[in-house]
Amino acid sequence: MTVQELDAIRAKKQQLIDVRRLVREQAEEMAKHTGYRHQVLVCGGTGCTSSHSKQVIEHLEKTLAECGIDDVLVVKTGCFGLCTLGPIMIVYPEGAFYAQMTPEHVETVVRQHLVKGGTIVRELLFKDTLHEDGSITPFAETPFYKKQMRIALRNCGVIAAEDIEEAIAAGDYAAIEKVLTTMTPDDVINEVLASGLRGRGGAGFPTGRKWSFAKASAGDVKYVCCNADEGDPGAFMDRSVLEGDPHCVLEAMTIAGYAIGAHQGYIYVRAEYPIAVQRLKIALEQARKHGLLGKNILGSGFDFDIDIRLGAGAFVCGEETALMTSIEGHRGEPRPRPPFPAVKGLFGKPTILNNVETWANINPIIMKGAKWYASIGTERSKGTKVFALGGKITNVGLVEVPMGTTLREIIYEIGGGIPNGKAFKAAQTGGPSGGCIPASLIDTPIDFDNLVAIGSMMGSGGLIVLDEDTCMVDISKFYLEFTADESCGKCTPCRIGTRRLLDLLTKITEGKGTEEDLAKIEELCEHMKSSSLCALGQSAPNPVLSTLHHFRNEYEDHIYNHHCTAGVCKALLSFTIDKEKCIGCGLCARNCPVGAIARTDYVAPGHKLASFAIDPAKCIKCGVCQGNCKFKAVEKK
Amino acid sequence: MEQFEATCAGCQALGTPEQRAQLQKVIAESKSTPGCLMHILQEAQGIYGYLPMQVQRVIAEELGIPLSEVYGVVTFYSQFSLTPKGKHRINVCLGTACYVKGSDKILEEVEKELGIKCGECTEDGLFSIDSCRCVGACGLAPVMMVGEEVYGKLTPDKVKGILDSYKEASK
Repeated sequence: MTVQELDAIRAKKQQLIDVRRLVREQAEEMAKHTGYRHQVLVCGGTGCTSSHSKQVIEHLEKTLAECGIDDVLVVKTGCFGLCTLGPIMIVYPEGAFYAQMTPEHVETVVRQHLVKGGTIVRELLFKDTLHEDGSITPFAETPFYKKQMRIALRNCGVIAAEDIEEAIAAGDYAAIEKVLTTMTPDDVINEVLASGLRGRGGAGFPTGRKWSFAKASAGDVKYVCCNADEGDPGAFMDRSVLEGDPHCVLEAMTIAGYAIGAHQGYIYVRAEYPIAVQRLKIALEQARKHGLLGKNILGSGFDFDIDIRLGAGAFVCGEETALMTSIEGHRGEPRPRPPFPAVKGLFGKPTILNNVETWANINPIIMKGAKWYASIGTERSKGTKVFALGGKITNVGLVEVPMGTTLREIIYEIGGGIPNGKAFKAAQTGGPSGGCIPASLIDTPIDFDNLVAIGSMMGSGGLIVLDEDTCMVDISKFYLEFTADESCGKCTPCRIGTRRLLDLLTKITEGKGTEEDLAKIEELCEHMKSSSLCALGQSAPNPVLSTLHHFRNEYEDHIYNHHCTAGVCKALLSFTIDKEKCIGCGLCARNCPVGAIARTDYVAPGHKLASFAIDPAKCIKCGVCQGNCKFKAVEKK
Repeated sequence: MEQFEATCAGCQALGTPEQRAQLQKVIAESKSTPGCLMHILQEAQGIYGYLPMQVQRVIAEELGIPLSEVYGVVTFYSQFSLTPKGKHRINVCLGTACYVKGSDKILEEVEKELGIKCGECTEDGLFSIDSCRCVGACGLAPVMMVGEEVYGKLTPDKVKGILDSYKEASK
């Protein structure tokens, strides 16, 4: 493909994409030139697919055909971000945002809205887009979207994820065109350096510096790798980028290849992400067919190609040296650094590894310039960050905000607060390598350095909200179970340390902990941090240390009072029946799986039957009785 | 080695001729690619449903590497299984987003309902239970997967109905 051909594709589909990006009036005007009265975008990401968006698309196409409508374009996109409301369907040029669609709803929308002269079906709209006075707010103006700034996710939920022409029209491959026609490798590296972009995979190492090290390394064989082994449970940013805009990653890797002098790239992606893997394969095939990967890209004489490698479920493979060992086909164990991968990486050759979100930032940096990028964010953390918002929060989904946004803005303004009137307790960032941020620090501007300063870390961007029903000792035990399970076993501090730490935490949650145990935990954590081989072991103590720092009272409550405030730790719970409230119906006794409930001789005043009581020796604390009692007579303490 | 053989006593032979041919084809195609072992194991597991010792031995011989190396890789990654799985593979997500929404209680309920523990397979071979760390459907937490189907926003009392529908279908 030549540069001219690339520009022609862009021009051909430009208006189609513009309709989805303009404000309503302009979009309606633009739509007249596209040949499509309406464009219906349906999310085909993992979240909405799990909520059966595939059936929605099938039904939509079927109903449109039945009604003889042929000037409506159906587009299967990546994630819109608001996964909890899936399946989501957006109709342009109006920008009508339909949530939780079913095949019946689709039928209604086609017959009332998509037919000629139809109008928006108000009752099926996302409720935040309906204004009190009856007008419809564009979804970009709703609290969830308004505060966001989409750079990495710019094309997710905008383009058809499996169509390279739409990707090109939306701006993908414009940066590689610019790089190959007007920039030297040093120009590229300087631009990335000047942008201040830091790696989005966790530690936040400056991307430009990594690239310049690899360029400076001698050798004619070098590699460019993409870390898409998103192992942090509760994080799905990278997956959404791959599902929504896979071409932006391929393009950025090609740019890096040009900058450091590499001709081969590898994407290491989790096998647990079947849709992302499938989209990547399609994207690779299309890019090769269009000559945007392979020999002599855009007539520049530069060759670059990319292969996919599937992970097989090992958290440690998110660590750069372990990932490379795994691509080589071995057990994914990390190796000591130095030598750093930029000097000696994959197959012993100089290699750069960046994660998906980092790659997604490259195109805008090249196109809009380092100065523009560096104007966003905080002093030492530039640009935006994508967070996967999950746990006890109303708007579960994917959000992208400028660095420096506070947790309060993310949770209360974008996330819509905590459901069921519960109180916010903490936010967990950085997954098993991160820590918990307590309510008292909710106004901290989030960036790489601030998070480290308060005992957590950015990590890849999982942000799990915890409410008053979460026990902080239990949550740190949960993370230790994870890291103990995922420790590769190569170095002793991590292999044995995680196990011993888990034992100590288990002891506390069972009410058998002592004051000494807390001191032991702290000492052990320090040793693990200072002497583990890789980041997995070095950061495994973080969830424990941060909860111990911010929620020490909960640990002490478990130890001294044998009490779990949140009512989570089973061994410390007891269920009793309030004999005054019990009407003696016996529903609890019939449902008790271990026969621990029996009738007493006591009849409460005003009741006809004798009340029941629980035998604590037999009770397994499953809580079934409490769930069954209609009179709230079963109490949990 | 004997103890490994004993664990796959029911499948001494290397599956059907078709399976053998598929495996040979995969090995022949990938043999020359650097780092091909993982890919071959993933394909082999797709063919056989798991990785019996016999299959690992064939792979080791064909690639000219020690069986210990193949076994080392198989046991390192959680995706690979040394034992057969059920016709319907249940995966309960124990990722953080699901955990804080009570997925441990979902797992307990599945275990109770099927009378087996996580990691085991029912005697009739219909179900096996595993836990996994995040399928990425955090918006629907807590979730479990039966085969490729995702069930979201679960509560323990929904579990029985879901399992029954699979039992019904296989009658």
